[in-house]
Amino acid sequence: MEQIEITVSNILDALHRVKDPEIDTISIVDLGMVEKVTVNDHLICIDLLPTFMGCPALEIIRNNVVNELKCFMGIDFIKVQFIYHPPWTTDRVTEEGRENLKKFGIAPPPKLMPETGEWHVDCPYCDSTYTTLENLFGPTACRSILYCKSCKNPFEAMKPVSTM
Amino acid sequence: MSKIDIQQMDSAYKSALTDLLYQLADDDFILAYRGSEWLGLAPHIEEDVAFSSISQDTMGHASMFYQLLEDLGEGKVDDLAHSRKAKYRRNAILLEMVNGPGHYLKKPQYDWAFAVVRNYFYVQMKKIRMDSLKNSSYEPLAQIAINVNLELYYHLLHWRTWFVQLMQAGDEARKRMEAAINRVFDDFGGVLSLGPLGQEMSKSGLIEPEEILKKKWILVLEPVFDSINLSMPANFGIKNGNGRKGEHTEDLDSALSILSEVYRVNPAAAW
Repeated sequence: MEQIEITVSNILDALHRVKDPEIDTISIVDLGMVEKVTVNDHLICIDLLPTFMGCPALEIIRNNVVNELKCFMGIDFIKVQFIYHPPWTTDRVTEEGRENLKKFGIAPPPKLMPETGEWHVDCPYCDSTYTTLENLFGPTACRSILYCKSCKNPFEAMKPVSTM
Repeated sequence: MSKIDIQQMDSAYKSALTDLLYQLADDDFILAYRGSEWLGLAPHIEEDVAFSSISQDTMGHASMFYQLLEDLGEGKVDDLAHSRKAKYRRNAILLEMVNGPGHYLKKPQYDWAFAVVRNYFYVQMKKIRMDSLKNSSYEPLAQIAINVNLELYYHLLHWRTWFVQLMQAGDEARKRMEAAINRVFDDFGGVLSLGPLGQEMSKSGLIEPEEILKKKWILVLEPVFDSINLSMPANFGIKNGNGRKGEHTEDLDSALSILSEVYRVNPAAAW
């Protein structure tokens, strides 16, 4: 196997291959979960921000990160830790991440929360704004269930989370 | 007061901090469990989804508070959650009470009005605590409070909607809600309490004084009460005992024996 140079940028490339366990179109990098990568002689440290507090996928993500770095980069000394500062908010989702969410049929969170607190969601299938919220809570803590009255599809949206 | 390190902590500070963390963790832990018992029994399928999501978040919050206790040397998260006997728990008694008569598997007659009122009043108090904890002298707790608050926004919105709508529905809904409110107020003093070390907590800059938090709760709820033509009681009871002092009911014992069953069989099981 060709030895891959261990640099922060190569590690970030590898982390791009680690997807959300339930949304396989979006990487943990594009979700905005990767806060810090540190590389020194003995240890690679990855600081991740959990999205929702009770998210049961955290341990799976931790294992997937370790596996990716072990198997594909040959790195043995890896520490993956979840930190709570800064808090994860939905404005950390990258532009590419927003597109990738739509590919999975999930509407991305709004870029800015309007001051009224109203939340407008466009249908990820047909882009119609004629949608209704069916349930603020969805199949996972980070998603809501909506319905598009234009194309008659039910869909999910990533719940906006903001410290504002 | 400046932010504090574990090494520099004096013993009074540490015991106040530890006690506060046990209250926060145990409150969320037992109410999340009671919430999970509604799975499959909630009034409609959307509520089943919503309530289980809220309970999952709440259990996540408990887990983080237990993690802070583990970091302070109190023991492993799983042990703190599953192995502590009732008398060491610091949750308010209101939160451990059964959802209603009957058994989850055999004819549950759970009381939805009680669930709505208990959760709404509690979550509102939790929000006020978290807002105060954002300025806590213990930095790791302040950081977690910010994270918890992001999710509480949705919990509060959810329970307030149920509360107001059922109160405005009239007839039987109103009657059952009023009965639930009376029951919740009988023990809500326990939720508002910071326990015997409360003064030390506020003196140490961990959280604002109990009286101020209580006033804030009243201030936030008063307009909601006015809108549904309901008056706030002059006093909040502590009828079934003070959980902050380790006083508890049979309900907690039986809940603990059920929820820790898997853990007792296999302590390596993840929760």
